[in-house]
Amino acid sequence: MVTSPTATTSLEAELLRLAGSVPDPELPVLTLEELGVLRAVHVRSADSVEVELTPTYTGCPAIEAMSLDIERVLHEHGIREVSVHTVLTPPWSTDDISPEGRRKLREFGIAPPRTGRAPGPVPLTLGPTRTTTPDTRPQGPDPDPIRCPHCGSADTELLSRFSSTACKALRRCLACREPFDHFKEL
Amino acid sequence: MTETTKPPKAREPVPHTAAALALGDDALVLSHRLGEWAGHAPVLEEDVALANIALDLLGQARVLLSMAGDEDELAYLREERAFRNLQLVEQPNGDFAHTIARQLYFSTYQRLLYAHLAAGDGEFAGLAAKAVKEVSYHQDHAEQWTLRLGDGTDVSHERMRRACQALWRFTGEMFQPVEGLDVDWEGIRAAWLESVSAVLRRATLDVPEGPQSGAWSAGAGRQGLHTEPFGRMLAEMQHLHRSHPGASW
Repeated sequence: MVTSPTATTSLEAELLRLAGSVPDPELPVLTLEELGVLRAVHVRSADSVEVELTPTYTGCPAIEAMSLDIERVLHEHGIREVSVHTVLTPPWSTDDISPEGRRKLREFGIAPPRTGRAPGPVPLTLGPTRTTTPDTRPQGPDPDPIRCPHCGSADTELLSRFSSTACKALRRCLACREPFDHFKEL
Repeated sequence: MTETTKPPKAREPVPHTAAALALGDDALVLSHRLGEWAGHAPVLEEDVALANIALDLLGQARVLLSMAGDEDELAYLREERAFRNLQLVEQPNGDFAHTIARQLYFSTYQRLLYAHLAAGDGEFAGLAAKAVKEVSYHQDHAEQWTLRLGDGTDVSHERMRRACQALWRFTGEMFQPVEGLDVDWEGIRAAWLESVSAVLRRATLDVPEGPQSGAWSAGAGRQGLHTEPFGRMLAEMQHLHRSHPGASW
């Protein structure tokens, strides 16, 4: 393998592309590149590379499967030694998900996160303790509502703040009545 | 992985190790307590919520304990007196109101502390910047439940009142300085009190009046002195690893 300084850059780009093509273990419609969790690939020597990966949530259990999948793909490409490091800085944000990734999420039935939303505490309204109590959703149109990935309606409600994984919340569409996952803004 | 014996961990006792242990143990112990709810929470959504909060905390604990040494050895092979977590986080789950009160008190503290650490350039800035977003969501979750239970039925109000009261005496310890952290603790205490008081008032609950610490039973977790239920929790948490060293699946 060629390791002259000029060739290294294109090799790194090639390996980054390869590692980035690995599907996310929990959302296999997305690649790691589309999810925005792959930070860099550094070629250390002819057959040794370092990969920088960042977790979505600090405790995301998928990170180990991701590392193994990246190692496998790069091994298959002839790299003998692959070490995957987890980096925390700068922290991952749902804004790192690519437009293509958002489109695929929607197609997969998951409402994508909205962009440019500051995370953190949100204004509280006293929610219903039973789902039959009157509608307490804030009045007035939200300029950027969470839309149902099935029918596109903006008329949806929160069912559960946490869902099948830490990164998702469970919602229901009030137009087509289908429940769906929403990738929470982080 | 092929090594049969590991040398004992003998990291240099630098100040940040003490801080990593304190923060890491808080996250680890509360994570374990929340995990005890799995399969027992009042509704399925809350089962999932508490497990997800536990998972966030476990992830934070793994990063922090790895800064102090071998994460598994630290979690599974230390004795009770070697843990540096707050007594608040080791308190038993009690009823759901106790779990929520504990979460409200701790998440508010953790968010304020981590926001402070994230704004600096110290050892913990990277993790804190990442975790503070997760913790804000935990705090938000605890606030929503505090409002619902406090401003709910007579029974839920009474239970929430009792829980807030019972755990109040464990809150003062949170503002004891932690070696290696350059933090304005009095500032954090004031912000914490303001935030928690505002939530309690909105939930029609009184802010507890008793001492926040100083009693014989509270205020020494950071020095390795723990309350009685902690030993039993550790026994359960460490049992598998101690019985089957190195086991994995």
